[in-house]
Amino acid sequence: MSAAPVRFGVVVFPGSNCDADACHALSTFPGTSAQYLWHKDTDLKGVQAVILPGGFSYGDYLRCGAIARFSPIMQAVIDFAASGGLVMGICNGFQTLVEAGLLPGGLIRNTGLKFVCRYVNLRVETTDTPFTSAYAAGEVLRIVVKHNEGNYTVDPETLARMQAADQIVLRYADAAGEQAEGANPNGALDDIAGVCNEARNVFGMMPHPENSVEAHLAGGADGRKLFQSMIDTVLRTAEVAS
Amino acid sequence: MSRRATVEAAVKLGLTADEYAHICAIQGGEPTYVELAIYSLMWSEHCSYKHSRPVLGRFPTSGPRILQGPGENAGIIDVGDGWAVAMKVESHNHPSAVEPFQGAATGVGGIVRDIFTMGARPCVSMDSLRFGELTEPRQRFLLDGVVGGIAHYGNCLGIPTIGGEIYFEPSYEGNCLVNAMSAGMIRTDNIVRAIASGIGNHVVLIGSKTGRDGIGGASVLASQEFDETLEEKRPSVQVGDPFTEKKLIEACLELIHRHLVVSMQDLGAAGLTSSSSEMSSKGHVGLDIHADRVPLREADMEPWEIMISESQERMLAIVTAEQIADVREVCERWDLDCTVIGAVTDSKMLRIWWHGERVANIPARRLADESPVIRTPSVKPGYIVDEPVAVDDTGYPRPSDLGAALTQLLAAPNIASKRWAWEQYDYIVQANTVQIPGSDAAVLRIKDSQRGIAFSNDCNGRHCYLDPYRGAKAAVAEAARNLACAGALPVAVTDCLNFGNPEKGEIYWQFEQAVEGIAQACEALDTPVVSGNVSFYNESFGQAIYPTPMIGMLGVYDDVSVHIDDAFKDEGDVIVLLGAEAGWMDGSEYQKVAYGKVEGRVPDVDLQLEVELQHKLRAAIEARLLKSAHDCAEGGLAVALAECCIAGGSTGGAQFADPEAPRSGRHGRWLGADVDLGSAAAVAGAAGRPDLALFGEAPTRVVVSVAPELLGPLDEALGGLPRRVLGRVTGANLRCTMEGKELFTVAVGELHSAYESLPQRLA
Repeated sequence: MSAAPVRFGVVVFPGSNCDADACHALSTFPGTSAQYLWHKDTDLKGVQAVILPGGFSYGDYLRCGAIARFSPIMQAVIDFAASGGLVMGICNGFQTLVEAGLLPGGLIRNTGLKFVCRYVNLRVETTDTPFTSAYAAGEVLRIVVKHNEGNYTVDPETLARMQAADQIVLRYADAAGEQAEGANPNGALDDIAGVCNEARNVFGMMPHPENSVEAHLAGGADGRKLFQSMIDTVLRTAEVAS
Repeated sequence: MSRRATVEAAVKLGLTADEYAHICAIQGGEPTYVELAIYSLMWSEHCSYKHSRPVLGRFPTSGPRILQGPGENAGIIDVGDGWAVAMKVESHNHPSAVEPFQGAATGVGGIVRDIFTMGARPCVSMDSLRFGELTEPRQRFLLDGVVGGIAHYGNCLGIPTIGGEIYFEPSYEGNCLVNAMSAGMIRTDNIVRAIASGIGNHVVLIGSKTGRDGIGGASVLASQEFDETLEEKRPSVQVGDPFTEKKLIEACLELIHRHLVVSMQDLGAAGLTSSSSEMSSKGHVGLDIHADRVPLREADMEPWEIMISESQERMLAIVTAEQIADVREVCERWDLDCTVIGAVTDSKMLRIWWHGERVANIPARRLADESPVIRTPSVKPGYIVDEPVAVDDTGYPRPSDLGAALTQLLAAPNIASKRWAWEQYDYIVQANTVQIPGSDAAVLRIKDSQRGIAFSNDCNGRHCYLDPYRGAKAAVAEAARNLACAGALPVAVTDCLNFGNPEKGEIYWQFEQAVEGIAQACEALDTPVVSGNVSFYNESFGQAIYPTPMIGMLGVYDDVSVHIDDAFKDEGDVIVLLGAEAGWMDGSEYQKVAYGKVEGRVPDVDLQLEVELQHKLRAAIEARLLKSAHDCAEGGLAVALAECCIAGGSTGGAQFADPEAPRSGRHGRWLGADVDLGSAAAVAGAAGRPDLALFGEAPTRVVVSVAPELLGPLDEALGGLPRRVLGRVTGANLRCTMEGKELFTVAVGELHSAYESLPQRLA
């Protein structure tokens, strides 16, 4: 049987620069389609999952994501999330989701005070999300980070609540999957690389899985299952609905 | 207009009295001040190439793949399947010496505009940098600022910066070099050129507002030596806004791909002046520019300031009346200013208007064509010698510990890993990167195609100082060799020729010699020069830099999946040295690091052997016979071997999740090697010294590794090419012997620590 394609929307803010990479990554999954959603628009054109891509929205001239968060499209994204829709923010997209209050915490300047582009190892902390269900628990991914402000921080009470609710999705680790000195590229609290909301349908991560979907490129293919998890979830939801 | 355009004013703007007289002859009397300001910029060294033009004609510039040679914003090369690559390198040395962060940032911005102006989507940047020694705090400040500026601008644009090169020599102390190279992909049927046409068409300014930043950048900064007034020149440096440039890229590419513009030109050096005069002279038409319609940041700017401002992120487009509404719509969508500031006329005059009054009226062709040409009588400098140094035990005492000499070389800033710099660059955005920085070349795939492209840049300034002809020739050969090591076919060159003051005979001699060396190598390797830039006046207090003709080269693949890197891959693989066996002390990194000397005469590249080596190396890679290939450059054979060992573990910061799994780019673990160099006399000539065999330098040498079972087919593929089996990939140590006698054994972990020690020097 050939199902209708899973429809993704990739938001384009002025200064987004990984929007094309996200669309390209999705194009490597048969049975998916991806369209751009312009920041000045106010509806999501019927997409089944939304990605806020990486880049430098509004140049990051103010706090990262702080202006993008007020784009007309963001109200539609917030409504979509409230109704259970899947929203993934990558890097600048993660920062925007945090600014929009869809995810807890904040992302501050790297402790090294420099932009860092580097392969990191990520340990999958939970497979109980629509974004990581295709992975094995504890699986270690090798994916590139590239950012100036990826240092995740959150107040102790919220962190405790997030831990209790299994909202820490990805942590920086060494190749064996252990939290270790030097494995964390930006000083993030508790080595946190990715988190989800309590409802588990909104997810943000600093590393760039969209650059890790093709084994013959330098980025490798360890990011594929993130997108696969989302596709599987949308298909399952559609099946249940029908 | 209160300002008079006297000869005194002309001299103050950088013109000579003779040039002023010529201007008066063209204008039929004393020019207006706006006219004088325009001439002063267009006839500056930076814009007119007055000292270099007579020599640059020596370059080969055409070939079956070349769609656009020098003379446009960028050169364009056909790479197959309807795709072409636009490429160019440009210097931003002087601004970076004054204000490193903004100087380097706007250098990136400028070169990227040259690429998308032609309709190409920028797909890669590489930067070639030179500083004084890192022991000087100011040099560390410059390095930090320049790398930070490149990262700031390039990362925001979403263009991968896939490495480049960085060298440190005392001669660059007062004049750091920042050569920014960029390339873009374009469909061959979608090329836009900077030629104005269509009488009555609109002249449209798109992008940032115009301010007083960068007034006189081309004449004040780029066409004079530095002295104690360096700090006062800071206002001549522009300030970059990468966010606006990113929007400009998207808007301009949409305008071009929808055929909404007749032609386009970016505003670089000399701003509106150079862009308008170049567009009109190339198109044999006139342009009327209403300077009072230019959107300003500062309301009280005078017309001459508006005409020569180098405010960044601005583009000039020629648009028909029918299409202006569509152009406005695109610009509005991207929140960019879009202003009609003039029109194309049949007057063949560049006319500038200010609230209805004509303030300049210049024949466009004469402004472009009659700029002065100066050929300084050249003088061979006294320091040049014709013979190699005598490597005797008094001048060059033999080292007691060759292993220690190797780690010392690996830790030398010129050889040590530049990871500290390239980890600040986004080298993976756009999802085309096949080979990340740190190997011989940057490699990218072309989407929806088997094809790929590769880039390298090279120049050993020390070699060019000792012999500019041989050094420049070797830079071309090495750039091509680096591409061949990755399996790519070199097809074109862009060059950035950095020299001292061309009014001096000795500098001019260096320039002429270097151009001759480049020309001969490009002819032999079939790599025409398609674009480039000359940067003169790299002198401080009369002290010139090493002549530094930086070569940027493009290579192509029919099938990019054949590409290999420099890392040893598997235990038991056989290590083979391809090319001539030789080791020269002259101009080597070893000579500088171990003996503190720079002297002698560097070896001459045997171009016939070079072509044969590269051809056979590439054929072997295409036949998938080799697992790794690495050029022997600074530090000689021993450093090349060490780099092949270390590269296996260089995963870009973290270890692989699965150290056994071979991945694209980098392997998962360190591998050692056991090699025998044979006889010292054979390798290092009469001197017979093992240290020369290890660390001596010579062109046309490549270290490869091959699976033992493929040694036979490799032998066949190499035919008569000189080569020698050195040993095997094995263990976790690099062990070198000579005729069976041990020279040293060093753990690869120790080599790695030395190689990655650059950050400690920056602390």
